[in-house]
Amino acid sequence: MSQFLRSYLTVVWFGLAAFLIASLLLGLSALLRPNRPTREKLIAYESGVDPVGEGWSQSQIRYYVFALLFVIFDVEAVFIFPWATQLERYAGFGLVEMGVFVAVLLLGLVYAWRKGVLRWI
Amino acid sequence: MSMVSVLAVDLPYWAQSLLRVLGGLVAVLLPAGTIVYVFLFKMMSFMQSRLGPMEAGPYGSMQLFAEVGKWLQKEDIYPERADKFIFKLAPLIVLASTFLLVAVVPFGPDAWFTNFEAGIFYALAVSSVSVLGILIAGWASANKYSLLGGLRAAGQLIAYELPMVLAVIGVVIQAGSMNLQDIVLAQNAGSIFGWDGLGNPYVLTQFVGFIIFMIAVQAELTQAPFDMPIAESELVSGYMTEYSGFRFLIFFIGEFATAGVFAMIASILFLGGWGVPFAWFGWTDMDSVDNWMNIVGPLILFTKMMLVVFVVMWVRFSYPRFREDQLQRFAWKVLIPISLVNIMVTAILKVAF
Repeated sequence: MSQFLRSYLTVVWFGLAAFLIASLLLGLSALLRPNRPTREKLIAYESGVDPVGEGWSQSQIRYYVFALLFVIFDVEAVFIFPWATQLERYAGFGLVEMGVFVAVLLLGLVYAWRKGVLRWI
Repeated sequence: MSMVSVLAVDLPYWAQSLLRVLGGLVAVLLPAGTIVYVFLFKMMSFMQSRLGPMEAGPYGSMQLFAEVGKWLQKEDIYPERADKFIFKLAPLIVLASTFLLVAVVPFGPDAWFTNFEAGIFYALAVSSVSVLGILIAGWASANKYSLLGGLRAAGQLIAYELPMVLAVIGVVIQAGSMNLQDIVLAQNAGSIFGWDGLGNPYVLTQFVGFIIFMIAVQAELTQAPFDMPIAESELVSGYMTEYSGFRFLIFFIGEFATAGVFAMIASILFLGGWGVPFAWFGWTDMDSVDNWMNIVGPLILFTKMMLVVFVVMWVRFSYPRFREDQLQRFAWKVLIPISLVNIMVTAILKVAF
């Protein structure tokens, strides 16, 4: 296996290690802790009164437009990163290109702003 | 760590991996413990004119072990309507995100776990995994407080991910690399107007970026004034409401371990990371750095991390909570335009000089 892939394998070990250490501690805790479930303990907590309706109640997700904007800007960041590492080589040409790119994006942000989608209603 | 090759010991792959994972364990739990004791127990107490824990050990220094012992014995309650499997999985995902994040932090010239070419890119990508854990914790609890907390957390982390990413781009432009070791090298071997007594820590040349990054870190860590997802006066404890016993403690450890790792990344990006200005010892590049930096480097990084966390905690203990709409407005209408302008100004200056 190449050195490149091996370093990514390390990441897998780290992820597994997190699960392993947490499971070990939870297992240890399972040996030590009491377990006496009662009806009252197991109902959902709603500041002491009996829960009303479903736990998965309907709630307004206010930020779906934010989420769309987030995707746009995140993809933009993916494009800017490689450019940022090579800026020294591209010099003036790269600067103008990215200036246009960022200007278009800023224009989009201003448009969204004017349309009022950046308000948390 | 490639320390192994420095020590001229030829270990098989599994032993190297085991050493790395053990190192990662120390790199996650040691800062988390120190942060909780020094800042959460002591500094918060002193700022509120009280002593904090004093009984367990000298100055309450053994309090952490007492706490872990206490949490280990707590009953593990989950609501009967909860989605049990993912309810149990959620804290593990949050902790795993921290471990994946620490894998990329360099501690010395040869003391690193992984040395990706796109290191900072990887860190930014992995740091958002914890949002998943938080969102499914909020959803699986089948509790209205948890659901609202989880949704708030998702909205907040979406909004502040962007300023963070855009602030990092300024550093990448200056260093000309996404590799964290290269960024450390560029700061410590650099010079400001030909003077290399301090190197070129980007906190000086990327000051705007540093401020934006720290604000975004504060929000990503959901520390006050950005703690709406767990706002105790509105949502009890947000997405953690239904968690009890050791599962709650895993969330807690994850929160402060992530604070430590984010502070390490902030000090690598802006404060010179594990290095000291190379001019002090006449080093010029990575190969000329003396071997003892592999021992001293982690200590220097730890010190810088404590400084950064001190600032984060200072803000946390000093400011009242934002309102949800103020939070979104601040991210989208202030931080993102500023950071876009910051990128262009940095790029123009980089090309001009």
